[in-house]
Amino acid sequence: MTNTPPPPPAPTGDILLDVRDLGIGFVDASGTETIARPVDGVSFSLRRGETLALVGESGCGKTLTSLALLRLVPAPGVIDPASRVTLNGRDILTLDTESLRALRGKRIAMVFQDPMSSLNPVFTAGAQIIEAIRAHERVSSSAARSRALALLHEVGIPEPEARIDQYPHEMSGGMRQRVMIAMALAPEPDILIADEPTTALDVTVQAQILEVLDRLQSIHGLAILLITHDLGIVAGRADRVAVMYAGKIVEEAQTEALFAQPSHPYTQGLLASIPRLTGPRSQLRPIGGTVPEPTRWPTGCRFHPRCPQVMDRCRSDPPELLQIGRDHRMRCWLAEGS
Amino acid sequence: MNRVAEILRHVRRSPEGRLGLIILTAIILAGAAGPLFLPDPLAQPDILGGANLAPGTGHWLGTDQLSRDVLARVVSGARISLTVAFIAVALSITLGAAVGLVAGYVGGWVDVILMRVVDGALAIPRLFLLLLIVAVWEALPLAAFIVLLGTTGWFGTSRLVRGEVLRLKTEPYIQAAEALGARRHRVLFHHLLPNTAGPVLVAATLGVGNVILLEAGLSFLGVGIRPPTPSWGGMILEAQEVLFVAPWSSVFPGLAIVLTVLAVNLVGDAVREAVDPQHA
Repeated sequence: MTNTPPPPPAPTGDILLDVRDLGIGFVDASGTETIARPVDGVSFSLRRGETLALVGESGCGKTLTSLALLRLVPAPGVIDPASRVTLNGRDILTLDTESLRALRGKRIAMVFQDPMSSLNPVFTAGAQIIEAIRAHERVSSSAARSRALALLHEVGIPEPEARIDQYPHEMSGGMRQRVMIAMALAPEPDILIADEPTTALDVTVQAQILEVLDRLQSIHGLAILLITHDLGIVAGRADRVAVMYAGKIVEEAQTEALFAQPSHPYTQGLLASIPRLTGPRSQLRPIGGTVPEPTRWPTGCRFHPRCPQVMDRCRSDPPELLQIGRDHRMRCWLAEGS
Repeated sequence: MNRVAEILRHVRRSPEGRLGLIILTAIILAGAAGPLFLPDPLAQPDILGGANLAPGTGHWLGTDQLSRDVLARVVSGARISLTVAFIAVALSITLGAAVGLVAGYVGGWVDVILMRVVDGALAIPRLFLLLLIVAVWEALPLAAFIVLLGTTGWFGTSRLVRGEVLRLKTEPYIQAAEALGARRHRVLFHHLLPNTAGPVLVAATLGVGNVILLEAGLSFLGVGIRPPTPSWGGMILEAQEVLFVAPWSSVFPGLAIVLTVLAVNLVGDAVREAVDPQHA
């Protein structure tokens, strides 16, 4: 439709978090030379109360992107100085250490992928939730404890009075993930980053955890950034979806639009590789190959070596993110022809 | 704390660990309460007639060449040896853990400098270093001796703790704590330190045995604990002259050393087993 690079969506009043041109480089041992760019020019925004799903295969830069929002990118990763991450208009990337600490957990909290190793094994569940509360507020330990109990109840842990004094190893994976969610919610954040919150769990437990997240979102008006490789859990949960491939967002749309009209060949590939229980039975079509290493992003469109609709120009010219519909953008030369 | 309690439970269950604990407890109790029931270890009641008496009536382990009661001296020696060892090890573990925590967590040039200092210190044999200092320092007070033992024993521990911290730093729960806004000192002392308890406890237990031997060695060389304060090493030194006349005055302190170090090492091995079952 249009050939001009997309204007960044005009920030409106209810945009909570705005990420512009986020780039993360891996530097070599001397710390001067960038040897890889695992995240490259990622922009998105998150509105109050909405769920944005960041979808992509392992190694596409989803987790790094989310860690950058808290400035927790591990070495040798370095956030580009030109990147902008603003929360309520305040640039997170230039905050001093103490303001940053005060923001972590309090404004943006995070639930990690692996509940088995994300809780400290030497402290009880209660102690860890209480710590999360008291990292940001001066409250008496008895008040903090009763809030921890209420949180455990809220995330659906039966018999919170008994569970609060248990150690992580005494709990199942689902329980631990509930405790992680309770910890994340303890300081009453505005934004919750959920990084593959259910990947390490059994399918039945996955559904319960997602249900807890949904319920808490409607109660607290949380904005959720859901990081996942599973489009199956995105449908019916996320308001918008951004599909990432090789460090870039390749398609972004309202969830219904994305499922109704997946446009980027990568998105189409992801959808075709999900088994369906309804509709005509068809062969699952996995996408051939794997995400390339960040040190060796292909030239041109980074998806071209795996793309079934590859054209000549895809090999040399990197496509821009183009508007292809209302609130629907994709990074593909096919957009020009449509 | 949970982890330490768990380790101790494991030690009590293992046969070696239990034997070690029993012997060690007996020695500690004897050292603590024994002197109440025994003669004054410094008293020389009868140098002319009561010296070098064989074990038996009145003196269960005999008397030495100054007619002092050997049992009373061995028991007093236990008190001195164990006190010296425990305080020195507590000091060296504290120092080592602090340096290791800082080096591992802060990293960068802080880590480089601290670890090069440790490398340098490890290159100097501890015994020679101690010998040099105590030989120069004529009237070495007991407290200074303990501090010396403690401040020369932390290098290995610091490397151990640093390694643990480097490993733990990548654990998701440390990242999770930071993501939830935990303060730096909180992450250090609350999250990292307790998780290093296992290996540190192993190092501490084995360190106690090591320090007991070191203290005995230095005292035997006449530069550790000075007479007349009874120490096992010192007793063996003094009894050398009468080795064939009154062997009991050197054999029993020697046995005490062997038994104590054996008990400590049994416990240490059991702790190691509890901490790291694969290297049992």
